[in-house]
Amino acid sequence: MTTTTSRGGVAIDCGHLVRDDRVHTSLYKDPAIFDQELDRIFRNTWVWVAHESDVPKANTFKTSWVGNQPVIVTRDKTDTIHVLLNRCRHRAASVCEKKKGKSSVFVCPYHGWSYGVDGALRKVPHASGYQSEPEKAELSLVSLRVETYNGMIFATFKDDIEPLVDFLGPAKKWIDLFMKQGAGFGVKTLGEHKFRFPGNWKIQLENTTDAYHFPIVHKTFLDSLDAETENIFDVLGHGGWVENLGNGHSVMVMIPDLIDLEDNLDAPIPDRFADLAAELVAEGHDDATVRKVVRAVGGTGFNLNLFPNVACSMAFFRVLRPVAVDETEITHVAIGMDEGPVAGNRMRLRLHEHFQGPMGFGTPDDAEGWERVQRGAAAGDDLWIMVNRGVDAPEGAAEAGHDAGDVSAETGMRAAYQQWKRMMTA
Amino acid sequence: MSTEAMTATVDAAEAFGAMQFIWREAEILDRLDYKAWLPLWTQDGLYIIPTELGVKDHADALNVAYDNAEMREARVKRLRSGFSMSASPPARTVRTVSRFVFERDGDVLVVRSAMQIAEYKFERLRTIAADVEHHLEAAEGGQWQIGRKIVTLINADDYLHGIGYLF
Ligand code: FES
Ligand SMILES: [Fe+2]
Repeated sequence: MTTTTSRGGVAIDCGHLVRDDRVHTSLYKDPAIFDQELDRIFRNTWVWVAHESDVPKANTFKTSWVGNQPVIVTRDKTDTIHVLLNRCRHRAASVCEKKKGKSSVFVCPYHGWSYGVDGALRKVPHASGYQSEPEKAELSLVSLRVETYNGMIFATFKDDIEPLVDFLGPAKKWIDLFMKQGAGFGVKTLGEHKFRFPGNWKIQLENTTDAYHFPIVHKTFLDSLDAETENIFDVLGHGGWVENLGNGHSVMVMIPDLIDLEDNLDAPIPDRFADLAAELVAEGHDDATVRKVVRAVGGTGFNLNLFPNVACSMAFFRVLRPVAVDETEITHVAIGMDEGPVAGNRMRLRLHEHFQGPMGFGTPDDAEGWERVQRGAAAGDDLWIMVNRGVDAPEGAAEAGHDAGDVSAETGMRAAYQQWKRMMTA
Repeated sequence: MSTEAMTATVDAAEAFGAMQFIWREAEILDRLDYKAWLPLWTQDGLYIIPTELGVKDHADALNVAYDNAEMREARVKRLRSGFSMSASPPARTVRTVSRFVFERDGDVLVVRSAMQIAEYKFERLRTIAADVEHHLEAAEGGQWQIGRKIVTLINADDYLHGIGYLF
C-alpha cells in the first residue's frame, strides 16, 4: 500500500519493520524513515519543550524545539504559556536567538516586525506600504497547542489529538512521584548539560529504561562511589521492575525504596548525607525539612520514559532532539528545590556533575555505547535489533494488568517501538 | 589592572617559568599521564569547567566539572581503569596553549591563556577551543602548583560531545 506523507512524499510502509521482540536495523539508518518520523511522530503528538521554571515570570522566555522546528516558549502577563514557531512571518528570519531571558516583545532584526509574547504581530515599520489591518492579524507567529502537567510543558502541532493528561495516562502518577524531589519547595531547573552523539534518537530512547547495561557500562561510576552508595546502585535483582505505561511510555524502577520520597522520613540519615544534614541545620532548617531535603536530594529511584522525547530520570530531565538520522542532541536538565536550601541545591549540582554531562562519570560512556550501536548497525543490512529480554516476572509491584518485567527487561523498549509502529503506520 | 601594573609585578623569568609549567601540564595531559597530573595541584585546588560564560559563582552553578582533590583522584582512577568505554581507547589529543596574560593577585599568579585541542577518534578530527585561567601558587623548590584552573570552552553553553580525556 502506498500512501503519501502530509508533505506530499511517498510514505514508507513501516509496519513490517517492528515485531514484538525485535526491530529492523533500518530504523537507525534510513533517512526516509527519519523524515517520516519527524512528520508522523514529532509533528503529531505531545512533545516536551520546557519546565515551567524555565519561564518563571511574565515576559520570560526560553528557546526550544519541537522535533526539528525551533520554537520560543513564553509566558504572558496572564500567566498563560505560549509556544511559538521561531520564524518571522515576513521573510522567515528567526526572531529570537537567545537561550533564555526576559522580554515583552520580539523584534525581528531583519526588517523590524515586532511580536508580543503571545505571538501577535504588533508593529510593522513603514506599515503604509501594506494593504490592510486584517492581513496583519493573520501574520502572528505561529502558535502551537500547549498543555502542562505538574510543571512540564508540552506542545503539539495537532489541534485534534487527545488532551495531554489522557496521553500521559498512568505516567501521571510517576510524574507526581518524581516531583516530590522538590521536598515541598517545588522543582526548578538549575542548568543544562547538552551533548550530541552521532547516532539515531531511538538508541537513546531505548537507554532510559535499560538497566541491563548499567553495571557494565557504568562500572567506573560505581567504582567511584562509597560502599553504601554503590550498594544502592546495585540495581539488578533487588526488587526493581520495568512497566509499560501505554502510549509508548514506560517506567523502570531501579531502587524500590526510593519510589515515594515522602515515605521513611524517620529513617536514620545515611552517612554520606551527614555533612549536608549538618549544613542544613546550620542554615536554620527544622528537623522535618532537613529529613525531607536529605531524602530528596539524590532524586527518585526510577526512570520514567515519556514517548517520544523526554524522561524524568532519577534527579533530572533528559530531553532528546532528533537532528538527523544519525545525529541526536541530548539535554540533561539539572533540577533542584525552588527557593530551597542553598546547601541542598549545591549538593544536587555536584551529584549531577558526577554522572551527567559531556565529562561526567557516566554520560561519556553512554554516548560511546550509543555511537558504537550506530557504527555497528552499518554492518548487515538485513539484521534485527533485539529487544526480547524479559522472561522473568517483575519482582516489584507493577500495576495489576500492566505489561511488566524484571528490572533488566526490555519491556520499555518494546512499549516505545509499539507506539512508534502505531504512529508510523497510522 | 592596567597592562603597566601587570608588567611591573610579573618579571620575564617568572612569566617564562609559569609558561613552561603550563606547557608541561599540557604535555602530561596529551600523554594521558594522569598520575603525574595530580601532584601539580594544591590540596584545596579546584578544577572547573563551566557550562555558561561569565559565571562568577561556580559553586552554585552547574558545571561540566567542579572537582576538588577527591573528585580529581576519582576521575583519574576512572580514566586509567580500562573499564570506561569512552576512555579505552581514548581519543588522541594534541593541544597548544598560547596568548598568555599574567596578573598578580597577592601570592597568586593568575595566568590567562588560549588553548586549542585537536581531538582524534573514529576517523574524526575535532577542534576544541577554550579560554583557560590558571591560578598558580608558589610551591617548594621554586615550583608552581595549581590552586584553581578554569577551562571555559568557546562553546561552553552549547552542545558538546562525550569527552573521555581531560582539558
Ligand atoms: S524577516 Fe522579519 S521583518 Fe523581515
Ligand atoms: Fe547509562
